[in-house]
Amino acid sequence: MASPVLVAKDYKPEVPSDWCPGCGDFGVLTALFQACADLQIQPHDLLVVSGIGCSSNLPGFIRSYGVHSIHGRALPFATGSKLANGAMTVVVTGGDGDGYGIGLNHFIQAMRRNINVTYIVMNNEIYGLTTGQVSPTSEPGMKTKTTPLGNLEGMLNPLALALASGCGYIARGFSGQPKHLVQLYKDGIQHPGFALIDVFSPCVTFNKHNSYTWFRERVYKLEEEDHEVGNFHAAMDKALEWGDRIPIGLVYRNPKPPPPLDVTDPALTGEPLVHQSYEIDGDTRRELIQEFA
Amino acid sequence: MSEPEVIVGIGGAAGDGTASAGNTLVLSLARQGIASYSYNAYQSVIRGGHSWLRIRFSAKKPLNHGDQVNALIALNQDSLDRHLQELQPGGIALYNGAKLAPSYDPPSKVQLCPLPIPDLAPDSTRLPVMQNTVAVGALTQLMGLSSGRLESVFEATFAKKPQVVQQNVKAARAGYEYASKNFNPLKTRLTPNDQTWAQASGNHLLAMGAALAGCKFYVAYPMSPATHVLEWFASHAQRLGICVRQVEDEISVVNMCIGANHMGVRGMCATSGGGFALMTEAIGMAGIMETPAVIINVMRAGPSTGVPTKTEQADLNQAFGASQGDFPRVVLAPTSMSDCFVTPSQAFNVADRFQLPVIILADLLLCEGSETVATEVLDVEFPIDRGELITKADGPPDGEPYLRYKNTPSGISTRAIPGLPGHLYVAASDEHDEDGVLLSDVYTDPIRRKKMVDKRVRKMSTILKHLPAPVLEGPADAETTLLGWGSTWGVIKEAAEQLNAAGDSVNHLHVKTLIPLHIDEITATLNRGQRIVIIENNQSGQFARHLRAETGIVAHGHVRKYDGEPFEPKHIVAGVKDVIGGQEVVEVISTEPGWRTDHPTGTSGAWDGLKAKKPSVPAKD
Ligand SMILES: Cc1ncc(C[n+]2csc(CCOP(=O)(O)OP(=O)(O)O)c2C)c(N)n1
Ligand code: SF4
Ligand SMILES: [Mg+2]
Repeated sequence: MASPVLVAKDYKPEVPSDWCPGCGDFGVLTALFQACADLQIQPHDLLVVSGIGCSSNLPGFIRSYGVHSIHGRALPFATGSKLANGAMTVVVTGGDGDGYGIGLNHFIQAMRRNINVTYIVMNNEIYGLTTGQVSPTSEPGMKTKTTPLGNLEGMLNPLALALASGCGYIARGFSGQPKHLVQLYKDGIQHPGFALIDVFSPCVTFNKHNSYTWFRERVYKLEEEDHEVGNFHAAMDKALEWGDRIPIGLVYRNPKPPPPLDVTDPALTGEPLVHQSYEIDGDTRRELIQEFA
Repeated sequence: MSEPEVIVGIGGAAGDGTASAGNTLVLSLARQGIASYSYNAYQSVIRGGHSWLRIRFSAKKPLNHGDQVNALIALNQDSLDRHLQELQPGGIALYNGAKLAPSYDPPSKVQLCPLPIPDLAPDSTRLPVMQNTVAVGALTQLMGLSSGRLESVFEATFAKKPQVVQQNVKAARAGYEYASKNFNPLKTRLTPNDQTWAQASGNHLLAMGAALAGCKFYVAYPMSPATHVLEWFASHAQRLGICVRQVEDEISVVNMCIGANHMGVRGMCATSGGGFALMTEAIGMAGIMETPAVIINVMRAGPSTGVPTKTEQADLNQAFGASQGDFPRVVLAPTSMSDCFVTPSQAFNVADRFQLPVIILADLLLCEGSETVATEVLDVEFPIDRGELITKADGPPDGEPYLRYKNTPSGISTRAIPGLPGHLYVAASDEHDEDGVLLSDVYTDPIRRKKMVDKRVRKMSTILKHLPAPVLEGPADAETTLLGWGSTWGVIKEAAEQLNAAGDSVNHLHVKTLIPLHIDEITATLNRGQRIVIIENNQSGQFARHLRAETGIVAHGHVRKYDGEPFEPKHIVAGVKDVIGGQEVVEVISTEPGWRTDHPTGTSGAWDGLKAKKPSVPAKD
């Protein structure tokens, strides 16, 4: 039976998204619908995994298999899931607090491990769900509920960190420019390995500083400049650029991406693990026992 | 009446090869039908320090390492000093006479057997481990056994290095011949027979048992005493088609494990208390998502880093309290090393059938110790019960919308593996309704919230009959019941036999399934008005409190141990006698009156200055 052609609204569930009106996460979600439709990913072949946060509510707002795990642990959960069933497209979604704060270790390790999942971070530079506390990506000096005198700490740079951690696909988008975002998602999903798409996704309720206007005044598209996406050092220069001009678009793509873990693990060369036989025959069992005799 | 036995102690520094000497001995005896149980007391150093391996040999399978030593192989002066005093009358002490000498008189009727190692194994100057081989050869002779099996073990161990085989065979023969000419053999004769044995640690049995129970995914972060599970899996991954990963921390471990289980594979992970602490938040997630997962905590002496190389049963409260909120879980404590082999299959089956996390509480004693298991006990096909799992579908069930968390009379809802058409759902750590949609985001919904908590908890109402109930051993009408849980089964069983032989009247009830507890069976056994003595390897009586909370039963006495070393039969016998004598809590310790505090087996027992044991030979510097 030929599957009917999928369109963006096929991914829209009956449950309405309950983000604040104007929240950047809406744009992130609708761009994801479009990217999945463009790639004709069957909803049942898609697993969307998140942690906890406003942004992490996303799996509830897309028609696919979903996991709404615990704060900061979406990447390990998704890694286990992808290793268990490599046939599924796995997209991980979450916030800056979830991925760059509590889950930072897993973020770095997942990139180093090169598991074939696409990681979309809705970076609003604030903790939204917990009503407005400082985040690892909050700018120095920023006033939040927990930094009433201004943020005294430095800002985590996810793109530079991703470069240093061996990530093979590194992009930044802006939820105010969803068409551009769709392309970044599609390339990320098709990249054979870990792909990071950090998305400026304004929190209109708790981050009055990094507003749509603030981003619009600063962002420019790398595609419109002659940025060499395969050049690590050029990518690092772009990753470090911050201030009056902030680049969005594809920052880096490894021209020779190594095969991902879900391909190199010796148990995963055949069928997806979940469809493999789990029975061990009597001869093998006796050989195993004999190792102890 | 009792089957003859010999307990061998091998002492040396880490790196001296005590383990491989012990292994050679165990395998060569196993090949002539003789069973063994090994316990290695060691410290957390890679080189140096002291390690003390005790192996109890008998044709009747020993269930613990016993409480004395008949033959000592001392690989250094320190070991000779520490352990010579422990030898029983009729015992023997083997050591390199060219290098070592006793610092004090041996206990009476103990035979000193110095071996002139440089003469017997000239290459020992280059290869100090040759002294071990000489000693093993000599001991084989003194045990009255032939050297053939020993040589077959060298052939198997060094199959790819014929030269090393030759070297070892030569050294073993030299030791064997020297002993036959110069020393008196042990009086005890073991009985060779046709039984075939495999020697494995609890860790290896947990790993192999899990693999044979269909485990396809194993993930861990190294932590003693659980690391060997990971190593077994890693070395068999490719051959058995199991995905085995070492990852960044135990938080990642458990979340990956749950992630893999969520997709429909059987996944397992193992750690010790510290790692288990990091896992606890996710265990609750498996509870509310109703994802099966098998998580092993190989307990070691805590709290915190505690004593990493020592055993304890003190993580019971941790297992009970792992994660916030009320949710169904199962906690199983294997009762022996062979039980470690069976427990993963039981754990996977209940995890799958009831869709919940199962915690296996093993401990260092079981997992780093090893015992011989009859090969036919291991050569079994485990039943695999995956419960209500849908692995194939073209569309929704009977045209109905699929409800992942359908509220059923049993509380169990059919679980579709992600990837199937027509069964889309979100598994959430937030409270959710039958269709998986979050309840946490509505203003309030007391009816549905309660419904979902009740649905999950209802699974526990039918689970007990799928789990091993405690069995009473010994005379049903005994005056005293010894009650234990987990790893202490073998040692309590033996202590009970000794007590009965000495005229006391005891039986033994042992609990493996801690959550849920077989309350009816336990109460029926314990309500005869007998004296109840709980024996556990912790300070506070964690099981005693659990029993009281669940059944209202208050034990009359307690024998506890938390000095890092495991119970030996004599500790339990003495402790139970004290309880019979009226004491409520008896704390026993691994050292004996009269042992020198500078070199005791345990850590630092009281040295009562017993004159008789003062050395007549001046101590070496
Ligand atoms: C272990 C744990 N610690 C703290 C929290 C509380 N918490 C929930 S979401 C969140 C931060 C969310 O920030 P972010 O990930 O940036 O998501 P956003 O809401 O901004 O989209 C925190 C601290 C939690 N749920 N779990
Ligand atoms: S609080 Fe901020 S991040 Fe959360 S939904 Fe509202 S606007 Fe979006
Ligand atoms: Mg945020």
